[in-house]
Amino acid sequence: MSELRGRLASWDSAIIGVTVLVLIGASIGVENFGNSSNFTFLILDLLPIALIALPMTMIVITGEIDLSVASTLGLTSAIMGDLWNRGLTIETIMPLCVLAGALLGAVNGFLINRLGLPSLAVTIGTLALYRGLALVVLGDAAVADFPWTYTGWVTGTIGGAVPNVLIILVVLAVIAGVVLHATPFGRSLFAIGANDQAARFSGINVTRTKFWLYVVSGAVAGLAGVLWTLRYSSARADNGAGLELAVVAAVLLGGVSIFGGKGSLWGVLSGVLLLAALQNALRLQDVSGQALNIVTGVLLIASVLLPNIITGTRNALQKRRLRAAVPAQSS
Amino acid sequence: MSVAVTEIHKQDQKPGRSLGYVFRQREMGIVLALVALVAYTAINQSRFLSSQSIRDILLNTAILAVLASGMAVVVITRHIDLSVGSVLGLSAFAVATVMQHNQDLPMVAALALGLGIGAVAGVVNGALVHFGNVPALVVTLGTMYAYRGLTYSWAGGQQVTADEVPRHFLRFANSDLLGVPWLVIIALAVIAGVGVMMRNYRIGRELYAMGSSPQAAGLAGIKIARNTLVAFVISGALAGLGGVLYASRFGTVDAASGNGYELQVVAAVVVGGVAVFGGSGTIWGAGLGALLLTVIGSALAVLDINQFWQQAIVGALIVLAIGADRLVAVRIARSLRKRDSHV
Amino acid sequence: MTTDRSTSSGPALLEVLDVSKSFGAVAAVQGVSFPLYAGEAHALVGENGAGKSTIVKMLAGVHRPDTGTLRADGENRTFHSPADAKAAGIAVIYQEPTLFPDLSVAENIAMGNAPLTRLRQIDRRSMRATAERLFARLGVRIDPDRPARGLSIADQQIVEIAKALSTKARVLIMDEPTAALSGVEVERLFSVVRSLRDEGAAIMFISHRFEEITALCQRVTIMRDGRHVATEKVEDLSVDDMIRRMVGRDLSALFPKQEVTAGDVVLTVEGLSREGVFRDISFEVRAGEIVALAGLVGSGRSEVMQAVFGVDPYDSGTVVFNGKRLKPRNPRAAMNAGLALVPEDRRQQGLVMDLSIARNVTLPRSGALARLGLLFGGTEKREAESWTRKLQTRFGRLSDAVGTLSGGNQQKVVLAKWLATGPKLLIVDEPTRGIDVGTKAEVHRLMSSLAADGMAVVMVSSELPEVLGMADRVLVLREGHLVAELSRAEATEESVMYAAMGQKVTA
Repeated sequence: MSELRGRLASWDSAIIGVTVLVLIGASIGVENFGNSSNFTFLILDLLPIALIALPMTMIVITGEIDLSVASTLGLTSAIMGDLWNRGLTIETIMPLCVLAGALLGAVNGFLINRLGLPSLAVTIGTLALYRGLALVVLGDAAVADFPWTYTGWVTGTIGGAVPNVLIILVVLAVIAGVVLHATPFGRSLFAIGANDQAARFSGINVTRTKFWLYVVSGAVAGLAGVLWTLRYSSARADNGAGLELAVVAAVLLGGVSIFGGKGSLWGVLSGVLLLAALQNALRLQDVSGQALNIVTGVLLIASVLLPNIITGTRNALQKRRLRAAVPAQSS
Repeated sequence: MSVAVTEIHKQDQKPGRSLGYVFRQREMGIVLALVALVAYTAINQSRFLSSQSIRDILLNTAILAVLASGMAVVVITRHIDLSVGSVLGLSAFAVATVMQHNQDLPMVAALALGLGIGAVAGVVNGALVHFGNVPALVVTLGTMYAYRGLTYSWAGGQQVTADEVPRHFLRFANSDLLGVPWLVIIALAVIAGVGVMMRNYRIGRELYAMGSSPQAAGLAGIKIARNTLVAFVISGALAGLGGVLYASRFGTVDAASGNGYELQVVAAVVVGGVAVFGGSGTIWGAGLGALLLTVIGSALAVLDINQFWQQAIVGALIVLAIGADRLVAVRIARSLRKRDSHV
Repeated sequence: MTTDRSTSSGPALLEVLDVSKSFGAVAAVQGVSFPLYAGEAHALVGENGAGKSTIVKMLAGVHRPDTGTLRADGENRTFHSPADAKAAGIAVIYQEPTLFPDLSVAENIAMGNAPLTRLRQIDRRSMRATAERLFARLGVRIDPDRPARGLSIADQQIVEIAKALSTKARVLIMDEPTAALSGVEVERLFSVVRSLRDEGAAIMFISHRFEEITALCQRVTIMRDGRHVATEKVEDLSVDDMIRRMVGRDLSALFPKQEVTAGDVVLTVEGLSREGVFRDISFEVRAGEIVALAGLVGSGRSEVMQAVFGVDPYDSGTVVFNGKRLKPRNPRAAMNAGLALVPEDRRQQGLVMDLSIARNVTLPRSGALARLGLLFGGTEKREAESWTRKLQTRFGRLSDAVGTLSGGNQQKVVLAKWLATGPKLLIVDEPTRGIDVGTKAEVHRLMSSLAADGMAVVMVSSELPEVLGMADRVLVLREGHLVAELSRAEATEESVMYAAMGQKVTA
């Protein structure tokens, strides 16, 4: 019973509630928000953020961070364009791009886990490095002539209602959710984030676990790069620039603790949906999407600040009650 | 017994000196890299050392160095300030707009306005970090969005162009005092001022102490709240100052000014030898880092190497700098363990 | 070396009056009072968890008493922060020194009240001179310009004392300062402390070593379970008296060790070395016996066992378990072979405080509990339920965070977590640190019955009575070397301490 109450009071369930309210409110109050072509746009817009947020959630739960994801996306997009220019078939290129993403993730994983460097600093470095390499690969050119079979599929829908890419997202999200919340591997991630020393003493190979998370993060960013390129039918070195912060914002907004050890995938997915829906609704209202940055920023800070204030007040009240009670006892 | 004591402490002397040597080496490394890079480029392209080229490099370094000085203070305190690019943008747009409408306002007022806006932004950051108990990474990531969004909603797609702001405002960035551009003088003054504060004043040493060991700082009775605020206010105010300099130098300002600048600033600080986990590094190191990054860019251009390499090199340099720090730390730890053990 | 200074009376420099402090539901200190006089060294003793550290933290301004008052120079004081305590002339030297590793030694000493030049800049020359003067007064040589990083623990404590002197502190509180020091270093520290005492400072000295207390202190305050038991002159009490009052019952009743005949050798450690930590350690452990690893803190006991279990690396040597060589640096392999390690630091190593009791108990076994790679709440809960019941753990719900439990029940969760893996060799590091007397006896009974059932047990312990009461064999480490192996008959307080210190105890 009170377990349920604890659940309801937690931030990730609050964010799920807010998201539902916003969706309902926007459907009623904003013209065109609820129609199916807008839904497809919404899904296409949130797709890269949602995809990358899946491994990012796990990484942040272990107490680390990966800021290089958007640059990985950009670099794989550039590689995709370059390979296409060289005449490789698209069916060869796509798996190669995912592989390239995995390799880039492995570089992060190696620097962070083998050499023990701080992940924040390392991935700020590789953020610049990978974006720079993307520029080296493709310069400021754009490659646009990808086959319609694929670009059309990415923007297409099943029966006009369900976007094709939603299938990819749902499948990967379900896998990520099960792995995080119902496998020994997922359990170990929470343990590592809450106390990596205790995790090590419990027989968990902390460095290896984290290493593979970065590899997966890179691979998913690579996949996101492929999908991004196909969606806009444009391979460019600056694709997805700045996306890393949107992903981190969504993850934190979804109730994952920046200190690690806490969070759920459902919270994160609703965080992604909330940000995308707000942006979409405001755009339909002709409000600049850029102004929405204020909302994003405030929500991000609030997601950490509010729980702090709540526990702080609770502790203070407890202390006061204790102080009031003790003298009565001792006299 | 006293003999034994003396013996023990004789051993302490030498590593002490060599440790200091290692720490000093860090800035020397950057200077050497700079000299080597400049020499190589100049040999291949003599125009690299023309006075115009040097002037351009220094002007390009100035704003970055001003922001890096502030960022170094925050990083030394074991925090980070990702909002500096947005603060620069906000300040630049605000100052440009005010100057546009008040053509007679003196430059000093513009500088004060920029500093003030930045300081307020810094107070918000610092207060959220300390009193809200929210990590600086989250706070400044949030305010990075918020301040940028504020600028956007104010500007609403408008921009202030160079011909709309007063002449004297534009002239400031491009005029000299005794042959040295004002921008460079300001940057040097900032580095010197902040540097002296961090090196010679109590508050500076306390900031190093807080970054070196937060728990010990609490136990030592250091005023953590005030100092955290000061660190973020310095970083914010200098970003605000950077905004004024930016507006004065480029004249044309829109809501996107300085977008993504925070990463270059962090890069300059890290490359300049400020440890990411606080407690060590110097302001002039951060300034050198800013100079090195700018020189790399110019050298690539002069040497006719693909400009696109610049960002990749910056990224590689960051990773290299962190790696080098780690290597030194591991080596020191190992040698100390060996020396201290009785085994 | 004399201790016959008469205790000065007159006004107390510092008085603790009826002070209480609770953390959550745990009452750490209840109604404790005692005075500290100028010119005396006052010992504060008690078992782990008796509330000594809480007293220290209240005097240091880190915690505020829930009730009761602190009185300095006859005036009631409220310390809102460490700065307030410092201003009242109280300096605290913690077990783990709290220096700033990146700053120079001289700066560490001056932090907070550095000398200033006329421009309000820090006067480095005078700062340096102060440090040198203080070191000269303390009779030590430390370079004031070197960074504090890398100083030995002994030197760090000297720097802390110099810091205290520089603030003109008149009350010096030392929380187990000798725990990690060698004999020579202890002697040097004591001569410094004695001279301070003779200059009129009040010293509060916390230690587990009675010979140090009799060598240094005039009066002693004894605490048990957060309560004040007695404050007396040291010369009026024998060591046995002090122990009896600390423990609150006779020692012999505490240890329910059953006699067993040892079985086959299960663990063979040979020539195990790790540079700078331990060297050439060899020993065997047989099924059914309890082997104690004794020695001072810092002698390498925990490190050896952590290397055996694979959480720490080692440079050379072999660990053979049941005839098979264990891979180094691989706790998972050690676990699968049948080893379990209940670590020294429950909060940092033993448990994940934010996770639930159920998750903690099943953490090492989550792989084995999974069906088709998936875990469903039920299996973990059932497993956790059965083990916590076996160990009579008291808690609200299995889904509660383990951090909400008392120390004793937390320790039971750690034991449950490892017993659930079905180990053949159980390594327990400080099995009863910081837990109440009742649970302590339960843990001892449990260890004894496990050994009786044929489990091999290796126990690392700093508490001599526990070592002597529980162990079939005692291995003593000193400064990383295995210096003695004593049978149950040979092991006495004197023989173990002698081996651990490498010298006659100075008293």
